[in-house]
Amino acid sequence: MRIITETERCVGAGQCVLAAPGVFDQHDDGTVLVRTRLPPEDERERVVEAVQRCPSLTITIDEEED
Amino acid sequence: MLDQEETTLTGSGFPAFPMQRGCPFGPPDGYARLREEGPLARVSLFDGRPAWLVTSHELARELFTDERLSSDWTDPAFPVTSPARGALQKHNVMVGMDRPEHSVYRRMVIPHFTVKRMNRMRPRLQEIVDQRMDALLAADPPVDVVEAIAVPVPSIAICELLGVPYQDHDFFETETRKLVIRTSGEIAAAALAELRRYLDELITRTQAEGGEGLIAELVARQLEPGLIDRETLVKLCSIMLTAGHETTANVITLGLLALLEHPDQFAALRADPDLVPDAVEEILRYVSVADIMGRVAAADFVVRGRRIRAGDALFLTNSAINRDPEAFPEPDRFDIRRGPRLHSGFGYGVHQCIGQNLARAELDIVFRALVTRLPETVRPAVPVSEITPKGPAGPQGVLGLPITW
Repeated sequence: MRIITETERCVGAGQCVLAAPGVFDQHDDGTVLVRTRLPPEDERERVVEAVQRCPSLTITIDEEED
Repeated sequence: MLDQEETTLTGSGFPAFPMQRGCPFGPPDGYARLREEGPLARVSLFDGRPAWLVTSHELARELFTDERLSSDWTDPAFPVTSPARGALQKHNVMVGMDRPEHSVYRRMVIPHFTVKRMNRMRPRLQEIVDQRMDALLAADPPVDVVEAIAVPVPSIAICELLGVPYQDHDFFETETRKLVIRTSGEIAAAALAELRRYLDELITRTQAEGGEGLIAELVARQLEPGLIDRETLVKLCSIMLTAGHETTANVITLGLLALLEHPDQFAALRADPDLVPDAVEEILRYVSVADIMGRVAAADFVVRGRRIRAGDALFLTNSAINRDPEAFPEPDRFDIRRGPRLHSGFGYGVHQCIGQNLARAELDIVFRALVTRLPETVRPAVPVSEITPKGPAGPQGVLGLPITW
């Protein structure tokens, strides 16, 4: 899975950091920072939770690329 | 052409909304009936206007992020739930704006509410909570939870974050309460004017003398370079000061009341305080203090067999959404191990609570202290039926919660 973010949509709620702290962080301006665009498979559940919790629909998973 | 006609908002005799809670931490009794109407029910506001009410969790998540629904408080068609709320909605900034305007102000403040920064506040939050718990336990019961800990902890925290002198807390807590309890439009407007006058003076003082905290930063980085006008800055600070203490105070109070009414859950937390983070999420779902989120339709569209017309009023009601059995099995069961992740206790969509990670840090520390330090004999000092809920239109809470042990 590859993580895609549209940062201009981000509202800095920090939900992705709570859901998957190994994959997401926040820049100093509050917007999403992706630590790794290609997280290991064992992060999948947490990444999916991050996608679901994001209030601004900023994060998507592209399954094509591995 | 449509095969069958969709339901519209025309008609009358719909149930009155907002509804008063009976149990302070439960949804109003009337929501069960509204849920039977389907994901979008019809209600009638105090001024006679009909409105849509969303009771489905799935549909609410769709609509919270649907840009055909507007949060623009300056739109004359934006719905009003009470005269006091009408006064509040004249002071729009951020919360009462749509993109892209909304993003400008949200981006000014989000750097100060990141998960990392909130975690850095934890040692200081712990000190605040420890001092309040020491004082609470040293007092002769009964003690009012609202006065002793629920209001002071978030109030001190937001003061320190913003750079508002806590010595002024009686003033801004009292004026805030006038905004959120059942009150007249005149009283609410006067309270808002007082809060704005106070913050305007604080900004003037900060400009002259400098200062610490978010207000000083906004003055230096946004006001001085002309990126925000003074009136808008005052409104922005006023939202953060009022919402920053009032809402979290309600979650602490109603959460403790829910625990006192579910002794098995209280005992489980006492035995294992590491369950507190999941318990906090369940409390947020279960008590849903911010119950009512208004929107106005900005376009015509059809959803779930309902024809929404531009200008229609619509409400996302958290205590209905968060008790949707489709999303939360046995929704009325208070289960601290449930750890719900997709509740809308802080809302959803671009307006989702900006202070939620501050609130989470405060709630985690407060509930760890309450469950580990309150004596096992703790109980409400009066029958729950005698505890007065706040009015139906604003954030949900109680005016006082006396406990004894």
